[in-house]
Amino acid sequence: MRYIDEYRDAAAVRSYVKAINRITRQPWAVMEVCGGQTHAIVKYGIDELLPKTITLWHGPGCPVCVTPVEMIDKAIEIAACPDVIFCSFGDMLRVPGTLRDLLAVKAGGHDIRMVYSPLDAIQIAADYPKKPVVFFAVGFETTAPANAMAIVQARRRKLSNFSMLVSHVRVPPAMEAILDAPNRRVQGFLAAGHVCTVMGYTEYEPIAHKYRVPIVVTGFEPLDILQGVYMCVRQLEAGQASVQNQYSRSVRREGNTRAQWLMQEVFETAPQQWRGMGTISQSGLKLRADYAEFDAERRFGKARPAAEESTECLSGAILQGSKKPAECPAFGTRCTPERPLGATMVSAEGACAAYYRYRRLPAELRVKEN
Amino acid sequence: MALPPNFDRNCSTLIADYPQILMAHGGGGRLMHELLEKMILPAFGNSMLYARHDGALLDFGEEASGRRTRLAFTTDSYVVSPLFFPGGDLGALAVYGTVNDLAMCGARPLYLSVGFIIEEGLLMETLGRVIRSMQVAAGRANVQIITGDTKVVDKGKGDGLFINTAGIGAVASEQAIAPASLETGDVILLNGDVGRHGMAIMAAREGLAFENVIESDCDCVADLVLALLAAGVRVHCLRDLTRGGLATALNEIAETARLAMALVESAIPIREDVRGACEILGFDPLYVACEGRFVAFVPPQDAERALAIMRSHPLGAMACDVGRVTGPSSHGLVTLKTQIGGYRIVDMLSGEQLPRIC
Repeated sequence: MRYIDEYRDAAAVRSYVKAINRITRQPWAVMEVCGGQTHAIVKYGIDELLPKTITLWHGPGCPVCVTPVEMIDKAIEIAACPDVIFCSFGDMLRVPGTLRDLLAVKAGGHDIRMVYSPLDAIQIAADYPKKPVVFFAVGFETTAPANAMAIVQARRRKLSNFSMLVSHVRVPPAMEAILDAPNRRVQGFLAAGHVCTVMGYTEYEPIAHKYRVPIVVTGFEPLDILQGVYMCVRQLEAGQASVQNQYSRSVRREGNTRAQWLMQEVFETAPQQWRGMGTISQSGLKLRADYAEFDAERRFGKARPAAEESTECLSGAILQGSKKPAECPAFGTRCTPERPLGATMVSAEGACAAYYRYRRLPAELRVKEN
Repeated sequence: MALPPNFDRNCSTLIADYPQILMAHGGGGRLMHELLEKMILPAFGNSMLYARHDGALLDFGEEASGRRTRLAFTTDSYVVSPLFFPGGDLGALAVYGTVNDLAMCGARPLYLSVGFIIEEGLLMETLGRVIRSMQVAAGRANVQIITGDTKVVDKGKGDGLFINTAGIGAVASEQAIAPASLETGDVILLNGDVGRHGMAIMAAREGLAFENVIESDCDCVADLVLALLAAGVRVHCLRDLTRGGLATALNEIAETARLAMALVESAIPIREDVRGACEILGFDPLYVACEGRFVAFVPPQDAERALAIMRSHPLGAMACDVGRVTGPSSHGLVTLKTQIGGYRIVDMLSGEQLPRIC
């Protein structure tokens, strides 16, 4: 398959691993920001191919993981209202709130629909004008433009029964929060290629400069990630700290300006709570006052603070790159994808869930080498 | 018969964890197995059920004439939506699915029963099309439908049409074909590309338009299995890949047999269009449903011959060796050598795969 197979080519992978080995002289700690990258790293075993001196820390870029419990609870409360048609991306349905998840609400007979695009939810609102239709708008800057487009269309089509429960997050403030942490280990970043496809990477340049960290905009295939690591390590070894673009087949420096315009038209930045990490200023998006009529929290009431994670859960430390999943005593025993204790186990792209799924028994895996 | 002592306890922990049935309880993954293990198996527990195979083997012993009668018996319910999809329909599935389960017991499928649960208002023409399709499928699979039942439920209480079929077949081989017969070193053979049925249904159900129309692989594999047995290939175990796909089928067998398996990703055939659709939705094709695919576990000495037989059959033209049974493992670990040379676990999922956000 074009644009896929060439980035999973075993020979090319080996030559990049060799090149990384050749340039690496000291131990380095690099964080991949996006959950999609974490998933690929663990799924393909990319980290195991790297020199032992390079540690990949897994970042906070899993939108499902970081959606605060109080928003999940609010989604569940809205979805359980009579007549409501609640629309969500598939992977949010299984995320546990305080008491249950959206799939359980669906099992209770409520109308919960898995959609592939917010525009599907708009169509549902047009098809059922007498029913309140609510879309759960979750995600990073990647999903925000399509959600903004849905709001614009809802206004254009006068769909007064449509509203959106917004829990959007932005990458750069979270990276700064990680860099500001007193015990930070991260020395360089692989930035999220899809987020940068939308946003470009100018907003990362001041971060690289201020914190003296290299940032490499990186894709999601094995070769992308290895090339990203190579570029990052090369900067680290040379004492440089600039923003480079590995994912140039998708990302331009200025990004997708049309998508950015739509986002700015509909959303404005706001403080945002991250599951496992707490509130980070400027790290969220909320509907502008001009579009407040589409705000589900205005129609169904504001989300109420929920109890934080189990105190046993290390997801905050894992999301910020100061702990690995296996360092958690609850990992794989009291905390599993069926019964998660916190953020990083709730979604398939969370670091703990990826380790659980692909890495649970490292000793036994090693035996399979022959 | 008294219930096993732990029935109530297991059952009540299950009820406490999941007060209601979720879709995942039928998804072929971890939650479905929990339901089987905590509620269904303990309630009906007997050695035939605990063998956890695709069907039960009924041994009627040796008659005075010296003839030994062994039958395989299985049942399955079919609830697919939409009723018609590229490459098949509910009727064909209901015949092939049960026939394939019999074949996985090493049996020649003979007779089926059919139960229709029809929702009030279903178009008579639709029912006619499904039944004609069953007629054609039964002819191809060389089975007779010899008994049945029809029920109509109120509008809104069924999804158009549900079909249950049960089947009986004559065991065609003296070999014990079951997870318990697996041996370390066994070669895992697969009769073709995976993931087509699941993606065909997904595309039809959700109205997803991919570049090509993906057709289901829905078909009867009994003839191919019987050819292997007739040629005297030692077959230790067979399993057809249905919901949950290749990964789930292997996990089930590995768990039952308490053996580890190692797969090679690059050896597993997946069509370009299926891979593309999976990439877009964030699905792992190893977990996507098939309806005309099976794995055969054979000792290494027989693997080459078995592959040659499979490849000479239209339903095994793309047959390949995808991995090995590697040795004892208390929880039946399945691992995979990735395309780029790394290693990972291929676990059983909780429930069904859900499309991801980004």
